Amino acid sequence: MTPLSYYLGLSGLLFAVGFAGAVTRRNAVIVLLGIEFMLNAANMNFIAFWRYGVSGTAPTGIMVVIFSIAIAAAEAAVGLALIIAVYRHRQTTQLEQIDSLKG
Amino acid sequence: MIAPIKILWLIPLLPLVAAGISAVLPRTCRKAAASLAIGAMAASLVLAVIAFVHTLPNTPREVLNFKWFDLGTTTLQLGFVLDPLTALMAVMVTFVSLLIFIYSIGYMAHDDNFARFFCFLSLFAAAMLGIVVANSLLLLFISWELVGLASYLLIGFWFHKPSAAAAAKKAFITTRIGDIGFFLGIVWLYSKSGTLLFYDNGTGCLEQSTLNQLLTQTALGGMAVSTAISLLLFCGAVGKSGQLPLHVWLPDAMEGPTPVSALIHAATMVAAGVFLVARVYPLMSTGTALHVVTWVGAITAVFAASIAVAQNDIKRILAYSTVSQLGYMMMGLGVGGVSVGMFHLITHAFFKALLFLGAGSVIHGCHEEQDIRNMGGLRKFMPVTFATYAVGMMALCGVPLVFSGFWSKDAILYAAHHWEPSSVPFFLGVVGAFLTAFYMTRQVYYVFFKPANPALRHPHESPRVMTIPLAILAVFAIALGAIGTPAWPWFQSFLGGETVHLEFAKLGEAMGLMLLSTVVVAFGIGLSFWIYRRETTADPLEVKFSSVYRLLQNKFYVDEIYEATIIRLNAALAKTFAWFDEYIWGGLVSLVSTLVLLISNFSRESDEKLVNSGFDEGCATVRDSAWLLSKIQNGQIQRYMRAIGLALCLLVIALLWGCS
Amino acid sequence: MPNKITFCLTAIFTLSAAVAAMRLRNPVHCALSAALAFAGLAVAFLGLDAEFIGFAQILVYVGAISILTIFTVLLTRGSEVEQRAAIFSRSWITGIAITIGVTGAILLPVFSSSLSFKTAPVAASAPVQSIGNELMTRYLLPLEVMGLLLTAALVGAVVIAMSDAPDKKRLVVPASVGRASVTGFSSEVLPAKAGTTNQRELTTV
Repeated sequence: MTPLSYYLGLSGLLFAVGFAGAVTRRNAVIVLLGIEFMLNAANMNFIAFWRYGVSGTAPTGIMVVIFSIAIAAAEAAVGLALIIAVYRHRQTTQLEQIDSLKG
Repeated sequence: MIAPIKILWLIPLLPLVAAGISAVLPRTCRKAAASLAIGAMAASLVLAVIAFVHTLPNTPREVLNFKWFDLGTTTLQLGFVLDPLTALMAVMVTFVSLLIFIYSIGYMAHDDNFARFFCFLSLFAAAMLGIVVANSLLLLFISWELVGLASYLLIGFWFHKPSAAAAAKKAFITTRIGDIGFFLGIVWLYSKSGTLLFYDNGTGCLEQSTLNQLLTQTALGGMAVSTAISLLLFCGAVGKSGQLPLHVWLPDAMEGPTPVSALIHAATMVAAGVFLVARVYPLMSTGTALHVVTWVGAITAVFAASIAVAQNDIKRILAYSTVSQLGYMMMGLGVGGVSVGMFHLITHAFFKALLFLGAGSVIHGCHEEQDIRNMGGLRKFMPVTFATYAVGMMALCGVPLVFSGFWSKDAILYAAHHWEPSSVPFFLGVVGAFLTAFYMTRQVYYVFFKPANPALRHPHESPRVMTIPLAILAVFAIALGAIGTPAWPWFQSFLGGETVHLEFAKLGEAMGLMLLSTVVVAFGIGLSFWIYRRETTADPLEVKFSSVYRLLQNKFYVDEIYEATIIRLNAALAKTFAWFDEYIWGGLVSLVSTLVLLISNFSRESDEKLVNSGFDEGCATVRDSAWLLSKIQNGQIQRYMRAIGLALCLLVIALLWGCS
Repeated sequence: MPNKITFCLTAIFTLSAAVAAMRLRNPVHCALSAALAFAGLAVAFLGLDAEFIGFAQILVYVGAISILTIFTVLLTRGSEVEQRAAIFSRSWITGIAITIGVTGAILLPVFSSSLSFKTAPVAASAPVQSIGNELMTRYLLPLEVMGLLLTAALVGAVVIAMSDAPDKKRLVVPASVGRASVTGFSSEVLPAKAGTTNQRELTTV
């Protein structure tokens, strides 16, 4: 049986990958993908902990993940719509060029 | 019947109220002003007569003291006194003032400032009566100063004449100098005796216990304190009554209208000095102050009489005559006591007022001519004036038996003859009597007897409103003699508080003296008449003894001496103080102001440079640091995310480290 | 419960696909490999007996989000896809370093706690019926809120991505709003045979 730590390691590494992509890639869409990875890693964490009975047998983890997935979907839709809108004005998806909120 | 002492304060108050009301009336209310003044004076006369009658049957002295205000624990009291001296003076002052007020209606009829004149006259009368009824040296001093003020206002009545304005100033300042001594005396007396009331149930400053105390203490030079205080008080009398060093204002005071000269400078104000000495006589008679009084009086008498011989202004002769007679009064007080001096004061008031009013009538009738050399033969044109003037002149000279001046002057000479310390005042008095007769005859001859001056146009008699007071005064000039003869010394006993007896024997004692004075007077009148009867152009004395005459005419150059010494010293002092004030004090003030300006400049500079720029710098620093901080926000989202990640690491480290 | 080998294979597959998604040059390739990663995760979920979540993962992530991403990439392509342009931001070293830090921050507590070394999973079963039960009883409020959120996101996304210029194309919103599906781009599906379209209009909504 795989120990819990394996799952946790997987989710941690996946989070790391997603974070690395989010802070490194130039393209805004890829950054959003990285954010999706991070969310997924968190979902994995929830399921793993639920499965290994950290907090009883109630499907709490599943419920949380359901909502997480729903939220992630909504957020991805809105985020992508934003990128499209920004692209329409700036003709670019390079995050470094979208800096009009600088101080 | 109300006791007169309770309403004594009305006597000075009524004229004061009349003066106050006249002061606010417009200039055109002539009748109102005159009526107020005369009405108030008549009322005061009535009250004075009532008080006089009350004191006739040798009633003891009554006082009415009241508190003025409290100064901490000491109380300042004022008071009124009713004794024979007060009653006498009150009646004399109100009566003579009333006559002169009536006379002024005629004399000042053509003057524009008629109402103002009566306002000032009433003020003066109120102040003089205040002196008379005062029981407190303080109240007396207040009234004294008011009298001086009224005199200033009246002498300078025609203030647009520079000579009048200057004379008013001179009068005020000269009497002020005397008042310095007076005030010092008051203060000293108050400090030594603790009270300024004259009579106060045994604790007044003229009562025996206080006098004993003052006599025993000695002041500088071994003088008793009472003598020193008396001399200081006498300084005030010297100033007000024109005795020798401070007599210079009286002749110049003739710049005022003639009623003023009559009232103030003959009958009443100048007599205030004599009255003061009489009032504080108990204090003066302890110690040797009276010797000084006598000498000053005697010397003044002769000094002024000799100057009068060489004067040519009708009023100036009378002025010097007044100074001389005041000297006689002082001498009388010194050698003979209160009654001797006061008798001459009373008689002098009447005949000198008469003479001045007569001179005013002459001036009025000669159309404002005042030089006797330009007059002459007026006895035909102004008979009433001439007759009354002659009565006054004879009273002044001391023509024997009929006229009051003879009796009063003889009383003085008699007392001087019997004065122990020295007989010199007596001789001076005799010389003065001779000179008095001499210059009065000269004056009367020039004015009334000399052949008429053709340049004099239409001299006319004065209206009845002016001649009736003259007649009344003439009657008194004769009749008053009767109350002071040695045979029936009513006056002396009235003042002394004794009963009087008719004693013809006393006349015999005085006979020798009476003969001597008669001879002296006759000699004076005869010599003068003989010298002047022929000449009409130049004064024979001036021709024969020109240097002496010039000395006399220039008043012994006293004014010039004063000018050269005291006035110059004063001016130099004033200049020094002015320099001091401008450069030293002014320098200090400008130094302080410069300092303040410096401080304020410094403060402003520091406010601008330090505070403002400091604040600005602070704001700039904040702004710059904010600008720096704002650089953190560069719009790069990934950088924000990195920061979040970094913060997460740090937080975890902190948590782990903290919890381990 | 899969044994270790199965899990490791799945894990390696997922991680490789994720790394590829983050490193590939072409964004479409990135999106596709992201879909692979999502699928691998779905397998892991299934291995953890969370069937519903596994299938939901496939439906949503692989089926919708990845497609959405591809659509967006296609819409925002323009002419900026250059072959030699950098795909990483300028200071990517910093990013990597911070990532390492974050990883450590996450894994360290995990592996220093004894809780994470459980090996015996409890018998857990999550039939859909129980999930539905929970949704309708305990999680009713979050359910409704989620509906509201999804509606808002739907409308919001359409409004934000809509073109500003008034155009003749009308907005078509499907009558039924699926819980985990977003199909707000119907206008995009409308053919270009309106006649007045051109290249620019195709790329603008």
